Amino acid sequence: MIPSIICTVSVATFMQLMAAYCRSILASCRRVELSDRVREVAGFRGDSIGVSDFGRLLQLVHLCPERGDDHGDIRAVGAYFKVLRGLNRITSSMVPQIAAWTNRECENCSYFAAVALDRRISYSRDLFTQQLGSRA
Amino acid sequence: MIGPLDTLICWLGFLLEVAVVVCVCMHRNYRSYLPVGIYMLCSALETLGSYACLRAFGNSAVYHYFYYYSDATMTVLLFWVIIHFYQQALRELQVNKYIRVGTAFLITATALFSYAVINKNRDHLTGRFVIELSQNLYFEGVVLTYMLWCVIMKLKETRVRLAQLVLTLGIYFSATAIAYAMRNMFSGFGQEVLAWVPTIMSTWLAVAWIYTFVRVTEDRRIGTAQLEAKAAA
Repeated sequence: MIPSIICTVSVATFMQLMAAYCRSILASCRRVELSDRVREVAGFRGDSIGVSDFGRLLQLVHLCPERGDDHGDIRAVGAYFKVLRGLNRITSSMVPQIAAWTNRECENCSYFAAVALDRRISYSRDLFTQQLGSRA
Repeated sequence: MIGPLDTLICWLGFLLEVAVVVCVCMHRNYRSYLPVGIYMLCSALETLGSYACLRAFGNSAVYHYFYYYSDATMTVLLFWVIIHFYQQALRELQVNKYIRVGTAFLITATALFSYAVINKNRDHLTGRFVIELSQNLYFEGVVLTYMLWCVIMKLKETRVRLAQLVLTLGIYFSATAIAYAMRNMFSGFGQEVLAWVPTIMSTWLAVAWIYTFVRVTEDRRIGTAQLEAKAAA
């Protein structure tokens, strides 16, 4: 009896804290303004970045050279996105409020991926400039 | 016999724990995170001790005694880290005296509870008992960390580093408590896989703390509005 109570409470706590941890990573990118360059590369029109853009943005992120310091964040947010999508599918017909919240969170994940792409593009441009400089 | 995987995990864990100590020492306000450094130093020594014990005695009862009881001691030491985080989160409220009294009460209660359990299980101090004891200690950690997270939310704490250290600690405690509770519930199912969870999670904790110390600066703050949104969610 006691182990099952401990297990249930711990699972609930784990999920809540994991979500908060992923949200704290996402929060670091929420106020970052996207550059025109990344909008052009990803083909965005206007300010909104949709949930469906996440996969495409992540593919573009993986095409860029790695910065070495964002790998863990991208994996954590990727896992968080998958959990949210699963939750969205389950709750979309039963609890629309939770489905709407998961949708907003997924949009934040997409924004995070766009910021990561922007940073990687800047990094690869810096690398390119450095290489040109060392040749000259 | 020690396999290459055991050796690799032992050394990886040891190096990561030492790296956390280095991160704390390199930090300008290293006194703010002294308990974290001391805990990780002790944890690194415990990892070395476990490895030496495994080499000397193999996967025997001696190794199990050493592993589970040093793990329980390290969990109690981790409570000191939580209390330190409480002090950091509540430093503006000037309640250090109450926190110290609370700590003394908590440690005494844990000691008495453990004594009562040990006294009752004097004849079989290994096997299910140690798993039960670890499960209870980790669950106590889950409750303490969750309460601390609620305090952070309530006080609208804006220090990202403190928030991330607390969150990672909570994730570590809850994942390990789940593993121990499942080992208690299903005594014959998946024991070998579940036995690896505490080791994997302690390695993850070291990685997450290194990440926090390296990537998140002390002066970084979360916008209050974002915290309110988090609390409402």
